[in-house]
Amino acid sequence: MAEQHYDAIVVGSGISGGWAAKELTEKGLKVLMLERGRNIEHIKDYVNATKEAWEHPHRGGRTQQMIQDYPVLKRDYPLNETNLDYWCSDKDSPYTETKRFDWFRGYHVGGRSLMWGRQSYRWSDLDFEANAKDGIAIDWPVRYNEIAPWYDYVEKFAGISGNRDGIAVLPDGQFLPPMDLTCVEKDVAARLKEVYKGTRHLIIGRTANITVPHEGRPGCQFRNKCWLGCPFGGYFSTQSSTLPAAMATGNLTLRPWSIVTEIKYDKDKKRATGVVVLDAETNKTIEYKAKIIFLNASTLNSTWVLMNSATDVWEGGLGSSSDALGKYLMDHHLGNRAAGIMEGYEDKYTFGRRANGFYIPRYRNVGDDKRDYLRGYGYQGGGHRAGWGHEVAEASIGGAYKDALSEPGDHWNVNMMGFGEMLPDATNKVTLDKTKKDKWGLNVLNIDCELKENEIKMRKDILIDAQEMLEKAGVKNVKASEGDGTPGRGIHEMGTARMGHDPKTSVLNKNNQIWDAPNVFVTDGSFMTSAACVNPSLTYMAFTARAAEFAVNELKKGNL
Amino acid sequence: MMTRREALSRVALIMGGTVLGAEAFLSGCTTGVTGLQFSKDDIAFLNEVAETILPATNTPGAKEAKVGQFMQVMVTDCYDEKNQGIFMQGIKSLQEHAKTKMNKSFMEASAPERHDLLVALDAEAANYQKNKKKEDPKHYFTMMKELTLTGFFTSEVGATKALRYVAVPGRYEGSIPYKKGDKAWATT
Repeated sequence: MAEQHYDAIVVGSGISGGWAAKELTEKGLKVLMLERGRNIEHIKDYVNATKEAWEHPHRGGRTQQMIQDYPVLKRDYPLNETNLDYWCSDKDSPYTETKRFDWFRGYHVGGRSLMWGRQSYRWSDLDFEANAKDGIAIDWPVRYNEIAPWYDYVEKFAGISGNRDGIAVLPDGQFLPPMDLTCVEKDVAARLKEVYKGTRHLIIGRTANITVPHEGRPGCQFRNKCWLGCPFGGYFSTQSSTLPAAMATGNLTLRPWSIVTEIKYDKDKKRATGVVVLDAETNKTIEYKAKIIFLNASTLNSTWVLMNSATDVWEGGLGSSSDALGKYLMDHHLGNRAAGIMEGYEDKYTFGRRANGFYIPRYRNVGDDKRDYLRGYGYQGGGHRAGWGHEVAEASIGGAYKDALSEPGDHWNVNMMGFGEMLPDATNKVTLDKTKKDKWGLNVLNIDCELKENEIKMRKDILIDAQEMLEKAGVKNVKASEGDGTPGRGIHEMGTARMGHDPKTSVLNKNNQIWDAPNVFVTDGSFMTSAACVNPSLTYMAFTARAAEFAVNELKKGNL
Repeated sequence: MMTRREALSRVALIMGGTVLGAEAFLSGCTTGVTGLQFSKDDIAFLNEVAETILPATNTPGAKEAKVGQFMQVMVTDCYDEKNQGIFMQGIKSLQEHAKTKMNKSFMEASAPERHDLLVALDAEAANYQKNKKKEDPKHYFTMMKELTLTGFFTSEVGATKALRYVAVPGRYEGSIPYKKGDKAWATT
């Protein structure tokens, strides 16, 4: 009979759950990590990792059958032949939308840490202080100086390559050597620096790809196939990094096919006692007990678990006493972009395939800059030589055409797209939809979320600035285009179980503990009290490691 | 390249340069035409059309890369019903067009004759594409040409013989010398 009692249970094995498992096991706890989906073993199960286009029946594209089978995933790039099995089935796991929300999920060991974009940026106090300064939502109960040592800690283990750029709003980190900018990107960077007198910076992206061997992983080979799983451990994922570390302690039990349906709560002790698991393969129910629980099921799923828990005490679920549970859902809004061409670099090319781009950190509403909206945005982009398939002026059919197409184009393509911050708004929320069930007969979530006035105003600037910056940098034929900013498409769901100073207005305290259940820690994106404009996963890692240390200390003191 | 969001060109076809035929791959409509049939002659014909567009030079051409078979797979599995209809009708249209212009079938015509026919047809299609409304259907020859280019340059033959293919680069350099005649890298 399998073990039923553990020191700690970690719900979810994604980018934050893997960290919880590593930290807790390394501190000597016996940990059960529960993952709702299948196991995907590092390297062994990366079945398409070395395949090229011609090894896929449709060269990596999407078929009509796939479009039918994935009514949500089809809405954006994730639906594709090369890593289809890494994306959750929309039909098995539906949700309802009061307003359209594109929710793309990874339900397997590693979660979306297998497929993530890997961009890793720190927050600064510009972000932590924003709500308080703007009078929006509630104040963060922490500041940068408390989180900085944890950014150091997680960066050192994960392996983040980047350059120490000395930009106040984007604090430097513990970096491995940065990847190269291309010659065109360097020139654009220099021109932007000159034109905007040092107030705007174009830097190499800070990415969780390792540019030198690190923690026993050989390193990024610049194949740009990250999201298929990397046989070289070239980027941070649960599989490449935190799971091996946790396994090495001998303290981890990993149980796939384990859907946590509720956290069991003792209302007299005011403590969680364990979880109920629905086995996704056998449909049997199993209970596990633990002293502490880390809830890392991913933002919306953690909130879903809470809504299904302790409903005999609180109708809205565990953590609902503040009325904040389910509310203040945020994402980053994307899509608005500009592109053009750069001429004069016909004698240059690049070598290798860089799984990273350039980054322009936020400059709006920074210092003296004041716009007619709050917060700001950054840009991610690239400047690369046109590959095969460019237009050929002199021929359109035949041998000369083919030979011309086989060479790179003369011009370089430069493009960039904005990542904008969404304000926390109480009307952007998730609720349990009891009229619809998933494959396992469980209630689904209803998502009711939209961009509001602040975001809409910001998006105009994103477009105008992108056009202006490229033009001022000497890029020709610049075209700005509006893209789809529908929430969810950032794949950075945040909020719905926010942390705060006051149990009346927040679900969690400054240590990620649920006010109503201090032995439950929520450290995935659901704890986020505001969104900033930078990719959030690094911040989840830092808060997770910090909360794990706190949790174990509290356990030792007998407080939990 | 490869910002996180450049995945349209990356994902659809894992290739460099411009995205070709992306709309065909991303249209979200109903299932394909049942009973969509490509005969052996259709495939042979499409191979010859493709070979005319991208013939063997000192590097292989589209026929060696089996672009005809590629077109069958893509049209059958990835095109929506509407575009399948246009493509299949397009095969007939092109064959009729050849008979009208050359007084012989495309398959009977010589390579230079086929070349001239398709140069003119390509210009016609390009003009149509330029002037059409966004909701108007794509010209069948534009479909064939896009499938030819994608089919060839993402094939093993095309990628490894017409382009330069490096499976594991091992490093990244943002600026290296390039001289005219150097082939493009095969994959992004």
